[in-house]
Amino acid sequence: MAIHVTRMGDGHAVEMTTDEIRADILAGTEDAADRGGIPALSEGERDYLLDLFTYPGKIVGVEPGSEVVLTDDGSVNAMYGAQSSSGVGVPVSREMGIRIYERAFAMDTMEVGHPDYSFKPVRPIIALEQQCMESVLHSTIVPMYYGAMPNLALYANPDGPFGNPADLLPMGKIDEARAAQEEAAAMCTRDMVYVSKRMAAVGADGINFDTTASAGDAEFLATLLAVEEVARTTDLSIEVGMAAEFVLGMHGKVEYDGVRLAGLYPHKQVKLVEKAGAHVFGPVVNTNTRRSTAWNVARAVTFVKACCEAATIPIHANVGIGVGGVPMCETPPTSMVTRASVAMVHIARVDGL
Amino acid sequence: MGGIRTAGDLVARMQLHRKMRLPEAKAYVADKLRVSTRDLSDEVAMRELREELDIGVVTSVPGAARGLEAKARISDLLGVTIPSVERLKRKVGGIG
Repeated sequence: MAIHVTRMGDGHAVEMTTDEIRADILAGTEDAADRGGIPALSEGERDYLLDLFTYPGKIVGVEPGSEVVLTDDGSVNAMYGAQSSSGVGVPVSREMGIRIYERAFAMDTMEVGHPDYSFKPVRPIIALEQQCMESVLHSTIVPMYYGAMPNLALYANPDGPFGNPADLLPMGKIDEARAAQEEAAAMCTRDMVYVSKRMAAVGADGINFDTTASAGDAEFLATLLAVEEVARTTDLSIEVGMAAEFVLGMHGKVEYDGVRLAGLYPHKQVKLVEKAGAHVFGPVVNTNTRRSTAWNVARAVTFVKACCEAATIPIHANVGIGVGGVPMCETPPTSMVTRASVAMVHIARVDGL
Repeated sequence: MGGIRTAGDLVARMQLHRKMRLPEAKAYVADKLRVSTRDLSDEVAMRELREELDIGVVTSVPGAARGLEAKARISDLLGVTIPSVERLKRKVGGIG
């Protein structure tokens, strides 16, 4: 039996036989199907994945003509940022970094984003962010988003004015935790709409609500309400990228359009994002570090395929560190990043990454 | 897709501004550029065509449309409204 060197979900190399990889692909897709109530991958699709993971070459790719559009989150933090943003600490400004991404890295789109990358800290310095956007719009050609995270946790004690559900829930204060999240969500929506309208005023192409629902269902609701308002009042293109595959029920009762938000998987998340008025949706499927990358990619494309089939708007699947089947490590192996990307294109049929 | 090295920015615009899925967006741009959808990601074909259409090229060519100049031409070519181009029109309205 042939032995293949592949990777675990934490990035470390592992030797697996063809049968072991085949079994992991089946187990990964069946896990997604069971959790999401969606179809598992067909035998032909599993065979395609097996070919990908047993191909000896380091890097794989799609055939000419099958390329997809790339959007980005975190702006050029990866260039000038530190380890927390997977940054390489190159001393360039945001404007310089964006120009480099456009002209040297050939990105299809780019975004301006603050190093703190959340809507709340952007609000008091919005004029600075508008100036950067104006400068970039003059000198670039690719579509330009402004990006930030809703990050509802910043509105809770000790960082914000409202009660912290992570403190209140263990004390059994369920009603107080829910009330605190509702108040925080209202302020979060206000900040997202404020920043979006200021970006629309200076001519940005779009707004990217990144890492949505990181604090759970109340944050998802806050974002959907912001999307509604921004879609109704501006010409901005709106992208909603998620934080996780499953909307955590930190509140448990909040609904949008009559649908309870807690517990939704990507194929149901996208229908609400569409309803709110967004133009692009970025589903996330989390990586399990204790399973092989073959298991994780099979699982991720099963979720994203169902999402693409349910959607009417473009789907740009997240394939960054720790999501979309990519290993959860600071330096994700290109062998696995390219395999996850090809699987997303050819099996999930994504519109972008 | 390759950004301004190919036609990635143009296909992206149709997704962003018109909510087009990928096949529709590629077909739309290919039709406007009068090329095949496969040509859209062909670096050599698009390098020449982008210079001919003067919609911005990835290498630095003196005299070629840059930034907003290129986006104004892209807006016209694709028939899409680009917010920064509309702002430019408002700012220069009545001048000249």
